[in-house]
Amino acid sequence: MNDAAVHDDHHDHDHKPTGIGRWLFSTNHKDIGTMYLVFSLFMFFVGGAMALVIRAELFQPGMQFVDPQFFNSMTTVHALVMIFGALMPAGVGLANWMIPIMIGAPDMAMPRMNNMSFWILPFAFTLLLSTFFMPGGAPAGGWTMYPPLVLQLGDGFPFLIFAVHFLGISSIMGAINIIATVFNMRAPGMTFMRLPLFVWTWIITAFLLIASMPVLAGAVTMLLTDKFFGTAFFDAAGGGDPLLFQHVFWFFGHPEVYILVLPSFGIISQIIPTFARKPLFGYASMVYATASIAFLSFFVWAHHMFAVGMPLTGELFFMYATMAIAVPTGVKIFNWTATMWKGSMTFETPMLFSIGVLFMFSIGGFSGLMMGITPVDFQYHDTYFIVAHFHYVIVPGIIYGVIAGVYYWLPKWTGVMYDEKLGKLHFWLSTISVNVLFFPMHFIGLAGMPRRIPDYSTQFADWNAIISIGGFVFGLSQLILVWVVIKCARGDGEKATDQVWESAHGLEFTLPSPPPFHSFTTPPVVTDATAHS
Amino acid sequence: MSVDKLKRTVLGLIAVSLFFVSGVVLAEYPLNLTEGVTPTSQKVYDLHMTIFYIVTVIGIAVFAVMTWSIFHHRKSKGAVPAQFHHSTFAEITWTIIPILILVGMAIPATKTLVFMEQTGDAEMTLKVTGYQWKWKYDYLDEDISFFSSLAAADNEARQLNSGIDPSTIENYLKNVDNPIVLPVDTKIRILTTAADVIHSWWVPDLGWKRDAIPGYINDNWTYIEEPGVYRGKCTELCGKDHGFMPIVVHAVSKEDYVTWVAEKKAEQAAASSGKDMTMAELMEKGKTVYGTNCAACHMPNGEGGAAFPALAGSAIATGDVANHVDIVVNGSKNNPMMQAFGQQLNDADLAAVITYERNAWGNDTGDMVQPSDVKAARK
Repeated sequence: MNDAAVHDDHHDHDHKPTGIGRWLFSTNHKDIGTMYLVFSLFMFFVGGAMALVIRAELFQPGMQFVDPQFFNSMTTVHALVMIFGALMPAGVGLANWMIPIMIGAPDMAMPRMNNMSFWILPFAFTLLLSTFFMPGGAPAGGWTMYPPLVLQLGDGFPFLIFAVHFLGISSIMGAINIIATVFNMRAPGMTFMRLPLFVWTWIITAFLLIASMPVLAGAVTMLLTDKFFGTAFFDAAGGGDPLLFQHVFWFFGHPEVYILVLPSFGIISQIIPTFARKPLFGYASMVYATASIAFLSFFVWAHHMFAVGMPLTGELFFMYATMAIAVPTGVKIFNWTATMWKGSMTFETPMLFSIGVLFMFSIGGFSGLMMGITPVDFQYHDTYFIVAHFHYVIVPGIIYGVIAGVYYWLPKWTGVMYDEKLGKLHFWLSTISVNVLFFPMHFIGLAGMPRRIPDYSTQFADWNAIISIGGFVFGLSQLILVWVVIKCARGDGEKATDQVWESAHGLEFTLPSPPPFHSFTTPPVVTDATAHS
Repeated sequence: MSVDKLKRTVLGLIAVSLFFVSGVVLAEYPLNLTEGVTPTSQKVYDLHMTIFYIVTVIGIAVFAVMTWSIFHHRKSKGAVPAQFHHSTFAEITWTIIPILILVGMAIPATKTLVFMEQTGDAEMTLKVTGYQWKWKYDYLDEDISFFSSLAAADNEARQLNSGIDPSTIENYLKNVDNPIVLPVDTKIRILTTAADVIHSWWVPDLGWKRDAIPGYINDNWTYIEEPGVYRGKCTELCGKDHGFMPIVVHAVSKEDYVTWVAEKKAEQAAASSGKDMTMAELMEKGKTVYGTNCAACHMPNGEGGAAFPALAGSAIATGDVANHVDIVVNGSKNNPMMQAFGQQLNDADLAAVITYERNAWGNDTGDMVQPSDVKAARK
């Protein structure tokens, strides 16, 4: 081979760097997307293992396995790992993989920053998880890091703060990249109102990230200076205010909820029309509803803090604002239902998980509405009722959406159809166990079991035993997903067509399965007829 | 059959069928919010049920449409997909109707909230202070003040691998050494605050919970209508033993309350007399005080735990007496977790517990600390 041939080879689409360097120095949106997704799956099991420690301890009354301090570390780090390590990277990973090929772009706008935003994550979690081996142990004051309690953490404290800083930087870089990509790199004819809904939900999510992550960074920096530099931002004895932290934290924390859920809404908005063989109902109202939810999310933060003792007018304002969010959320649910209505549905695994989202996210929405009613929230607050609520929106809401997306696009990514039998088994085992796991939490919460306790009164014993059984079955069922993914990655299965699904639309389905290493070298032209909506 | 009974029967049937599926037979199955014993708790319960019924009806309607569609509009039944993708009428309808339902919910909610916030005209005031991990109660009109911790039997049973079956203890983890006594048919103002970290004071039967925050004094009220024992818990994560600081309220008649106040005052006067004690007295009292205040972190055998230093054989508990007294009374400069117990315990209790720590578990220093020594060490 002479020099000219090597030179030619360099211009070939599918020239891939090889070895570990392909991943360490990657600037390719697909490889970075894959790394994000694999990392997310790994952290899902790390966080899941902590959940199983919690459920093992709560299986029976009495303390059997761990001491209360370690139990608190489990609840705290479970939440941090799941939110920042599993859910957010899963969303960014899907965005990385899909957004360039859904809008007809060759790659992300800022490929080197893309690499950096991923590679920060393993370091951030090394910092966080290393605290388990430090004097004073891992963070145990709850993922919300409320002072003054969080300031009692031992040597792990600065590691917690810097881990959160790193995670924030990573998310902000990801968000900037997504906005830059969508605003500048759409194919000719791909107008904003022709964008696939997954792309729309991600633009809105990216703006939420940019607006809320710096607020969290500010709040945790103030914790750091309170602990080490003698400030008293949150110390009443020094003229500070412990509640200030809660207000600032939840100003980040509530938009964060939508940062997690909106991409999942986007995913099922892609999937339901495909398997109903019918266009998405009310595309424009879906976009507006998503934007309204995002906008309203900045005005409801204090509904996480009704029990702190706000003035009446404050409680009323946050109650009304919270109730208002039910309207655009309802519009989305109705639009998905109308998309299925009079369709011609088939129930492949991605569709099953999407329908799971519709039903079970709604259950979480109903309990959310109940908790928005301030006077009754005084009873619900910090009980298992709220644990039931947010796990219903996160597990069969957000995680089901992500899993649906993985099944939907896995054949596109690997060029191989996944094992449908295993997929269905995964869905049914998960769905039965997730309800055994989370539904009885409503009962014990209403009956008076507080959250974040390592031991409980014997009246709650039977339900807790049932919940723990559900938890272990759910956790183990997720291994099926790993097996399905491994099978596809090894090319073990039927060859997928370019369109993959009979009625799939969108630019990603015009590319071969798997798509070439560099997606669109000549931009496709999008018309009304070929647009996804 | 009353509506109430019907409600319970239906909930019971649901529960029983669930147990049937899971194959577990249960003696009792808590399912719903308590109706409680105050006007507030009754209003809150009614509001809870109203909203629950509304969302249940909406849920059934929406799920019915989805289910119908799933069963009838499927390809295997030969369904041909319609191609509609927009209807302004439908979209306006399903925006307006939810708004109307929400307004319908907001009206009773606002009324209840306004009712709950009327804290004026109270006949007596109870101040609640959260500590890691116990409650302090001050009866502001009576000059009565005491701490309330998890009862000793519960505390022993809840230790890691204690070998004690929790089901042998009635109201496991909901018993305290010093319950609060409150009169019925009295408007009682309850102030919540905290000394260290944020706690939250919750007795479900009273119908609300409120955070106890250092630097804040939150204002609440209750009016108990039925005598009885009402149990609650701390509901804001406050560290290691968050799960082990229950609340017990004895609601008694007004006459019984007056009697209790007199007894409690006499008891407190006796405890603060300040006279010297013998070694046996100190050790006996010290063991009890240690069990309720120190054992949670330093463990009953004085061995400490992962994040908490051991006392058995420690340099502090076997070294300089004055230094030991200073750390227990005024807190540790090096370890923020070690609180200043001078604010929480009287001189006799402190003298006893320090003496106990210096002579238990093979520390055998022979040192005796008297209430007068503690008094001198207070800053």
